[in-house]
Amino acid sequence: MFKRLDPPARKTVTVNIEGTPVSVPAGETVAAAVLAHGLVYTRTTPVSGRPRAPFCMMGVCFDCLMEIDGQPNRQACMVRVAEGMRIRRQRGAGE
Amino acid sequence: MKGRYPLVVIGGGPAGLAAAATAAEHGVKTVLLDEQPAPGGQIFRNIEGIPVHRARRLGEEYTRGAALVQALRTSSAHWSAETTVWSLDRGRELGVLCGGKAKLVRADRVIIATGAQERPVPFPGWTLPGVMNAGAGQILLKQSGVVPGDGVVLAGSGPLLLLLAWQYLNEGVEVKAVLDVQPLGNWLRAAPHLPAALLAHHYITKGLGYKRDLKRAGVTALHGIQDLRAVGGDQVRAVEYIHRGRLGRIETPLLMCHFGIIPQTHLTQAAGCTHAWDGAQQCWCPVTDRWGATDIEGIGVAGDGAGIGGARTAEHAGRLAALDAARRLGALSREQRDRQGKKDLRWMKDELRIRPFLDAMFRPPELMLTHPTDEEVLCRCEEVTAGDIRTALDEGHTSPNAVKFFTRCGMGPCQGRQCADPVARLVAYETGRDPSEVIPYRVRPPVKPVTIGQMAELETS
Repeated sequence: MFKRLDPPARKTVTVNIEGTPVSVPAGETVAAAVLAHGLVYTRTTPVSGRPRAPFCMMGVCFDCLMEIDGQPNRQACMVRVAEGMRIRRQRGAGE
Repeated sequence: MKGRYPLVVIGGGPAGLAAAATAAEHGVKTVLLDEQPAPGGQIFRNIEGIPVHRARRLGEEYTRGAALVQALRTSSAHWSAETTVWSLDRGRELGVLCGGKAKLVRADRVIIATGAQERPVPFPGWTLPGVMNAGAGQILLKQSGVVPGDGVVLAGSGPLLLLLAWQYLNEGVEVKAVLDVQPLGNWLRAAPHLPAALLAHHYITKGLGYKRDLKRAGVTALHGIQDLRAVGGDQVRAVEYIHRGRLGRIETPLLMCHFGIIPQTHLTQAAGCTHAWDGAQQCWCPVTDRWGATDIEGIGVAGDGAGIGGARTAEHAGRLAALDAARRLGALSREQRDRQGKKDLRWMKDELRIRPFLDAMFRPPELMLTHPTDEEVLCRCEEVTAGDIRTALDEGHTSPNAVKFFTRCGMGPCQGRQCADPVARLVAYETGRDPSEVIPYRVRPPVKPVTIGQMAELETS
C-alpha cells in the first residue's frame, strides 16, 4: 500500500512489529513505521471487531490505537519508534 | 517546565510560532507547548529535518515555514516539545502532559494556536483500512517520505486535495484519479466573490498551475461526483461514485479524502469561550476581536483555531495576539501595540480576501453534510450509525448531548472530534433547525486522555 521514497536511513532502530523485527528510521512515528512495513490494519474495534487503520495521522481521530511495549491505547501516530520497541495490533478495548 | 508563565502559547504551527517569537521579542517570558517533537505544526511538519530536495518539491508554501521556526529557535521563548494540553479553565490553569507526567501550569495570558483539523464527513466505507484523510497522506510524505506504493484515489473538496495530488505527482506517485464532490451550484455561490479573490490572485494562479500540471500528466479529474463510497470487506478494494448519472468504479488500495478544514475548538470550549456558527465556513468558531481576544479574560486564539484563514493569515494573527498579550502584561503601551500591529492587520485583511471565494467554491455538498444513510458510521470510536442517531431522535432526544447519552456517540477516545460535527448536522437537519441553533456536545476536561496513574501523580508545583 505504501512505500518509502528514501534509501535506508543512516540512523535506524530495530522495532518488533507483530513479532517481526523491522529496521526503521530513528525518530519516525510508530504509525508511519507500521504503514511502511505493510500492516493494513492496526487495531480491531471494541464494538464490532472490525479492522481499522490510522486515519488522521495528527492525534485527532484515535483510530491508530496500538499496543506498544505492552501498553494498550497508545496513539501510534504520536509515539516515536525506539530501539527494541514491541508494537502490536490492539484487539478491541485492549484491556 | 515551570509552574507559572506570563504567557503560554499552545500549538507550534504558524500562529503559535509567530506569537511566541513576537512575545519573546518584547520581553515577555513565554513558553510554547506542542505535541510534536519539533516545531512547525501540521503545515510545516518536519521543516527542520526534511531532505532539501523534498522540501523544494513540496512548494514554497511549505519552505517558507523555515524562517518562522528559525525565529522561534533564536528567540528567548521556551520550546516545550511533546507536550499535550489536556485541560484549560477560565482561570487560565492548564493541565499538561509532558514526558509521561501530568502537571498543572498557571498562565497570566494564554494564546491558543491549536489550528484546524480536517472536516469529518462520513460516507459509506470511510472506516475501512485504506481510507484516510488527505492531510494524513501529506503528513506521511513530509514527516517520513512514505507515499502510496500502488496508487491512490483522492476524493472530496478543498485546496488541499489538489495540492496533495500535485505533490504526489512531483514524487512520482501514481494518482489514479482526483474526484471532486463540489456541486455545480458552488460556482454560482462563489462567482460574486471572485473579484475580491482576484486581489489575492497568487492562490488562484497556484491552484490553476497544479491543475495544469495534473492534466499534462494525464491524471483523471472528475468533477461533481456523487454517492462516493469506499468498497471492500476488510480493506478498501475500490472507490465507487456516480458521475454524470453513471456509476463509476476505480480499483485502488488507498483512498485519501478531504472535505476542507474546521477549527479545533476543544480547548476554547473547555475554557468556556463563546462560540458562534460561521455559515460561510460551515463550522463553529470562537468569537474573538481583531487581536484574537476571546470573551474570557486572558485567553486569546490565533490562527485557524479562530476560523479558517490559512497559514499566512495565522502568522499575522499570531503576531497580533502576541502584541495584545504584551500590552496587557505591561510590556507595550496601547499605542505601541496599535502601531506595531498596523501592518499585520492590513496584511491579514488582504490575505482574507480570497476566503469567501474558497469557502463557497469548496463547500461540501449539503447532502453529504446532513444526510448520511442509516448504515453509515458517524461515531468512529463507538461505531454509532446515522440510523442509531435517527432512532434516538425518534425517541425524543433532540440535542447532540441527549443523543450522546442515549447512543454513546462522542464518548469514545477521540471525545467527539470526529463525530461532533456530523452528529450536530444530522440532528439539525432531522429536527428542521439551522445548524446555528444546534449546540454540539458539551466539552469536558480532560480533552485528551490522561491515565489514572498520571492523575494520581499530578504535579502542582
